[in-house]
Amino acid sequence: MLVKSLVSVFLAAILTENYVLCKSLGICPFLGVSKKLNTAVGMSAAVTFVMVLATAVTFPIYQYLLVPNDLAYLQTIVFILIIAGLVQLVEIVLKKYIPALYQSLGVYLPLITTNCAILGVTMLVLQKVQTTSAFTYTYGHALINALGAGIGFLVAMVMFAGVRSRLESADVPKSLQGLPITLISASLVALSFLGFSGFVDKLIPLA
Amino acid sequence: MNQTLFAVLIAVLVVAGIGLLIGLILAIASIVMAVPKDEKAEAVLELLPGANCGACGYSGCAGYASALSKGEAKVGLCPVGGEECTHAVGELLGTSGETVKKVAHIHCMGNCDNTTNKADFQGINSCLSASRYGSGITACTFGCLGFGDCVNACLSNAITVCNGVAVVDINKCGGCGLCAEACPRKLITVAPVKEQAVVRCSNKEKGAVAKKACKAACIGCMKCTKVCEAGAITVKDFCATIDPEKCTGCGVCVENCPSKCITM
Repeated sequence: MLVKSLVSVFLAAILTENYVLCKSLGICPFLGVSKKLNTAVGMSAAVTFVMVLATAVTFPIYQYLLVPNDLAYLQTIVFILIIAGLVQLVEIVLKKYIPALYQSLGVYLPLITTNCAILGVTMLVLQKVQTTSAFTYTYGHALINALGAGIGFLVAMVMFAGVRSRLESADVPKSLQGLPITLISASLVALSFLGFSGFVDKLIPLA
Repeated sequence: MNQTLFAVLIAVLVVAGIGLLIGLILAIASIVMAVPKDEKAEAVLELLPGANCGACGYSGCAGYASALSKGEAKVGLCPVGGEECTHAVGELLGTSGETVKKVAHIHCMGNCDNTTNKADFQGINSCLSASRYGSGITACTFGCLGFGDCVNACLSNAITVCNGVAVVDINKCGGCGLCAEACPRKLITVAPVKEQAVVRCSNKEKGAVAKKACKAACIGCMKCTKVCEAGAITVKDFCATIDPEKCTGCGVCVENCPSKCITM
């Protein structure tokens, strides 16, 4: 049951609840850094890394510091504070001990400090804790959800990088060139992900 | 009233406390785990042009700067910065180096007057794609396609496509060689600037075939090799090449070339 629910949460985060394509979070890097495949992958790696790390820290803080003190309403500002500080700390640590990873993540790490996808993953998971009825939503589920959200981001970025490379050679009407056609194609890619709705529930019935 | 005030105070205290804690941790971490900066490399980086073209053989200007500061690289590898840059870096590092200004040469004169296209091309606007249709769209299968892949590659806007053939403005050219890599027909070479003759043709067909494709084609007549006193010209595959090291810039070959495809 536990493994089953973990798999279900993981797949749902990638496919049915894709944070970029279904929840429209993190659109800025999605449109900005998806021009080339390698930068798209680099950005996604950084996002996944920070998402898991941020969830790992904010989840217990919410459960054991904010809720007992009736301060749940402070979650947004506290989470922003913690994520920003955390990313800075990770940057310092990486620079010192794993310079290779620091070089490859490069500018993406500070860029995503206050990205809404990160904040969204850490906050929306708290809603799920209250609303999920089929199983108890634990710390492990939250971490898996964050990992899945990161992979979902990667999938969306890589797919969209492919779409954009096709767009480069397409004959686009002048009034639509640049951002307009990018937004239109982004919406079409998002539309394709609607096809997954209900997919995970059918595949892994939990109730 | 007191209770509300208390609730507000708690909230403020919690946020301020977390902020302070994180600030403290970051401050300590940045001191404990500070990475020693290479100040010399940063000073050198300031002097480099920052084009990140890679012509020096290192990964961008930062890579070259750090190699310079460690003494692993020679001063004066940067063709873009030119002499000024070399002098400045040399002064900083206490070593001297000489740089030779290099520029790109385009070995084709196939403009609209000399040659024609054998087909109309309506596709992706690049030399690479035009060169892949059959044997390319130009009458000469070695010549400049004129879609300006080199123009796009150029960092200093030194290349223009003029009358169907790419032309380099040697005053602007930094000699980085990015255009030479971009050209699908490998018509561009980078050579030191001096008074010298350059063969403006790359056609390796027999003379008659080459001449039919382009009026300015090198027909491989060997006349230039005979008149050159420095022995700088060789003809291989019916196309002359001039060794820029040996060329004295006397200009005899230019006068004697029947196709007028050698220029100074």
